[in-house]
Amino acid sequence: MGIVKALKGDTGGQVMLAVLLVVTLVVPVLNLAVPETSFWHVSTYTVTLLGKYLTYALLAVAVDLVWGYLGILSLGHGAFFALGGYAMGMYLMRQIGDRGVYGDPILPDFMVFLNWKELPWFWNGFDMFWFAALMAILVPGVLAYVFGYLAFRSRVTGVYLSIITQALTYALMLAFFRNEMGFGGNNGLTDFKELLGFDLQSDGTRAGLFMASAAALALGYLACRMIVTSRLGRVAVAIRDAESRTRFIGYRVERVKVAIFAFSAMLAGVAGALYVPQVGIINPGEFSPLNSIELVIWVAVGGRATLYGAVVGALMVNYGKSTFTAMFPEAWLFALGALFVLVTLLLPRGIAGWLPARRAG
Amino acid sequence: MILAGMTWWGTAAAGALEEALPGLADRAFPAKQQAVQALAATGDSRALPILEALLAGDLYTREAADPPLVLARPSAAGLRLSDPLTGVDLGEVERATVKKIPLNNALRTALRGGIAALTLSSPDPAVRSRAAKDLMRDPSPESVTALRARLEQEQDAAVRTTLVLAVAVADLRVGTPEARLAAVATLEGSLYPEARNGLTTLIANETDADVKAAAERALTAIDARLTWNARAETLFFGLSLGSVLVLAAIGLAITFGVMGVINMAHGELMMLGAYTTYLVQQALPGWVDYSLFVAIPAAFIVSGLFGIAIERTVIRFLYGRPLETLLATFGISLILQQLVRTTISAQNVAVENPSWMSGSLQINPALALTYNRLYILAFALLVFVALLLILKRTALGLQVRAVSQNRAMARAMGVRSARVDALTFGLGAGIAGVAGVALSQLTNVGPNMGQAYIIDSFMVVVFGGVGNLWGTLIGGMTLGVANKFMEPWAGAVLAKILVLVFIILFIQKRPRGLFPQRGRAADG
Amino acid sequence: MGGQVERWQYLNPGKTLAETLDISHTTLLYVEGVTVSFDGFRALNDLSFYVDVGELRCVIGPNGAGKTTMMDVITGKTRPDAGYVFFGQSINLLELDEPRIAQAGIGRKFQKPTVFEQHQVYENLELAMAGDKRVWPTLTARLSGAQRDRIDEVLGIIGLRDHAWRPAGALSHGQKQWLEIGMLLMQDPLLLLVDEPVAGMTHQEMDRTAELLLSLEGKHSVVVVEHDMDFVRSIAKRVTVLHQGSVLAEGSMDEVQHDPRVVEVYLGE
Repeated sequence: MGIVKALKGDTGGQVMLAVLLVVTLVVPVLNLAVPETSFWHVSTYTVTLLGKYLTYALLAVAVDLVWGYLGILSLGHGAFFALGGYAMGMYLMRQIGDRGVYGDPILPDFMVFLNWKELPWFWNGFDMFWFAALMAILVPGVLAYVFGYLAFRSRVTGVYLSIITQALTYALMLAFFRNEMGFGGNNGLTDFKELLGFDLQSDGTRAGLFMASAAALALGYLACRMIVTSRLGRVAVAIRDAESRTRFIGYRVERVKVAIFAFSAMLAGVAGALYVPQVGIINPGEFSPLNSIELVIWVAVGGRATLYGAVVGALMVNYGKSTFTAMFPEAWLFALGALFVLVTLLLPRGIAGWLPARRAG
Repeated sequence: MILAGMTWWGTAAAGALEEALPGLADRAFPAKQQAVQALAATGDSRALPILEALLAGDLYTREAADPPLVLARPSAAGLRLSDPLTGVDLGEVERATVKKIPLNNALRTALRGGIAALTLSSPDPAVRSRAAKDLMRDPSPESVTALRARLEQEQDAAVRTTLVLAVAVADLRVGTPEARLAAVATLEGSLYPEARNGLTTLIANETDADVKAAAERALTAIDARLTWNARAETLFFGLSLGSVLVLAAIGLAITFGVMGVINMAHGELMMLGAYTTYLVQQALPGWVDYSLFVAIPAAFIVSGLFGIAIERTVIRFLYGRPLETLLATFGISLILQQLVRTTISAQNVAVENPSWMSGSLQINPALALTYNRLYILAFALLVFVALLLILKRTALGLQVRAVSQNRAMARAMGVRSARVDALTFGLGAGIAGVAGVALSQLTNVGPNMGQAYIIDSFMVVVFGGVGNLWGTLIGGMTLGVANKFMEPWAGAVLAKILVLVFIILFIQKRPRGLFPQRGRAADG
Repeated sequence: MGGQVERWQYLNPGKTLAETLDISHTTLLYVEGVTVSFDGFRALNDLSFYVDVGELRCVIGPNGAGKTTMMDVITGKTRPDAGYVFFGQSINLLELDEPRIAQAGIGRKFQKPTVFEQHQVYENLELAMAGDKRVWPTLTARLSGAQRDRIDEVLGIIGLRDHAWRPAGALSHGQKQWLEIGMLLMQDPLLLLVDEPVAGMTHQEMDRTAELLLSLEGKHSVVVVEHDMDFVRSIAKRVTVLHQGSVLAEGSMDEVQHDPRVVEVYLGE
């Protein structure tokens, strides 16, 4: 019932979810059941690539929720994504056990290398999947809550807020580069072996992760739709368009903001947690401000305040990036830079703006 | 052999130097030692290279030839000989035909003392200073005598200071308890590392309780002064970092303060300024000392024109949409980076420092301020004052202030706000270029150099208060100094993180920065 | 005192801020000795001003007299340098922020009409509707039949029933004014602060606005700030004249119109 209502009138979303469902069912079959020699075979590389794109799409949906509907241009969502990824990475590190280069049953290789004698306290519990999964959601959520509470309470808005979110991810990047932080420093966490007992290199696990990413995207999308179609979603748009007016009719603007911001950060954390086992590494580069701002342009390309546009934009830009960097590695930054300029100048409503006009929010 | 030598020396005009020299060829070490001391006592400047050559193992004897003592340097055929007194070339010989004068430790000590005593009487004050310092390192009663003797007749104030120090340090080691006590008193508060070392050694070995207590007091006093000097140095580093931040932020403060747009390509405009410096240096090889004076206006123009182009082609279509402006200018920053990468190089380029910027200003023995930082600090203040004057005294400045306070009203009064916007943006960009010239003297010049500054400069603007140049100055300096004072105990990275956290907390209390624009216009 | 109200609420979660209101002395709003300065300019200067329960009060005064600043102080947008502002006898408005003041029962219509342009007229009214405005209840809120009826009723009052499903941004200026008044009604406040309600309205629309405001009298206290003297005359029982940040005169329209100080201020302008 809730789902039906959430998707009412959301043609773009219905189409997107239908395509997603078909792809999720067909791709693993083409990968696992169709012989490699066949024209219809989909390589495991492609499956993993698609899975990666889907986690990006979920991240983009999270950004669109706060940017499109709440007017908060977060340039720090990459940080929440990376934190979720690190939580998952820590679990995967602990799963390596004594199969690391140094063969220490408890300590990950980089700690042995740094001559550490015991596990730092914050690594406790990450040998359990449920705990790591919880942390992948909670850590970004709590960070976003605290950060949002401080920022929104003092009514920091607009470009100020954007730059401060950028400073947040920048500070985290610097911190995670430090070996003393206990997250593998420069190299990050890598050399993962298995997840919940499944070999991460096997085709079946890859297909499973792909399907999990698709499911997470679908669920995240539906959750966001439910929010934006609720009265809270209308309050969010009201805040975006006339913040002080919303206060005068009795809404606690900063609480609405912090709640949605924290929820969005949790979604980003989930995306990060799904991303890491598929790419096999998480390092501080994921916190780089460039990543966070690049994902904003995915949303802008797709069309903000549509949610499905974020999915389309994330898939298109990343597909473009993959093919572009393969063909003209030199020119990618030109293309990306031009994309930023052209989309903001000529396509303020993104690709979704080409579709038959439909009211946002 | 001595005889042969005698005949040779006998032909020369007899002098103290000529008399003592043959002793160096004596087989007996004590005789050689005496000859060294005799040579040193002559005070003849020609003796110095001979003693130095002996110490370096370049002085040889030869049989049945005149002169019997020769200087030898390795050459293709074996050794190239020359006359130690006149420097006349004596041709190449095989190694076997000459014999190196052997040294032992006592002789080496005598040589060092002799060289020091000779250099102490050198006409060059710098050489005398160095000699005094050499003597401090391994003092003997003789060297103290030599130092005192020199002190009597020394005229140069700087050399006197060193001599006084050297006498005192030498006294600590070899003097009577009274002399040691007096030396401790002399050294109290001295910032020379030798003074501190001498006192530390003294305290470790001293038997006389009074001297020891005095030495400990003196050491404490020195350490206290060193601490203050270290703070002064940290302050200087902080102000230096602050001046860079101010240079980086001040252009941003103008564009953000006046137009409310964040120019994410600001760092890249600085990068263009730095590359302009590089290109100017390439175009004017051999003019490194003067090229900066060409580079500064060139960078201002290059970055300024880029800025105007950016404003005219992109930003003016995005007024009233600050977030979109942020994204578009970020795109421009990527394009500019890649532009430099493809047209010049993806690697860092080497920008040379002019000679007048190298070296340092020695405030005292423990505190030296490097000229490049000093000049950049002065330059930052100069740019600040120039900008202040432009905004306060020129027609453009008046229009800029009018537009920043009330765009609609300014337009109604006939201010061509589009032109003002373009010029303001050009001005901010030009200043970024000038900042890039300064940066090229401090850090590596590469395509990515601008990225590091955008967050920092924005923090400075936010901290100082938007639309207030003084706020930018004080904000930049404060953050620079805070950063440098935190570094010793927090580490560079953590210090940076702490500053970011501090600013996030700071805007809780003062959302509009240190020097907010007040009044009703600021609301909303 | 407001702080006490806050703490007290935890013990009586069923009781809202509005229910703690104490109006036993028939005065709803107390503004006493309020001073506000902007960079040395005194926008309000020791202003004292009282509004009774159910009263309709008009506030007039030349430009810069402090009318809008007074509303800013009452609704929590601006903090005064000195003075007290109480809602009833127990709620200290200076300790509350804008949403709490709104929840306590003070609604405001701005000089420049601000409606949520992206939302439909209906949604604008829904958002303004009195009720639990915390995050979770807002997320799960569904309109009840009674609430739909109320929105429909207000749509009728403000004459926008035919426009209910249009985006508010598409309305004319006068219609936006009406919609904002409608949003005020949805809030069901005890005190309505109405800043220049008839600016940009036709005479016909003005008459209807006057009718509407008069109909509110008794149930709500209403403070109207207006420049249009004809309009003020058509609705006012009591008029307060502000000048240079404090009250110059107060009384019936006739009284203040013949007050020599008022005449001087208006003619001197």
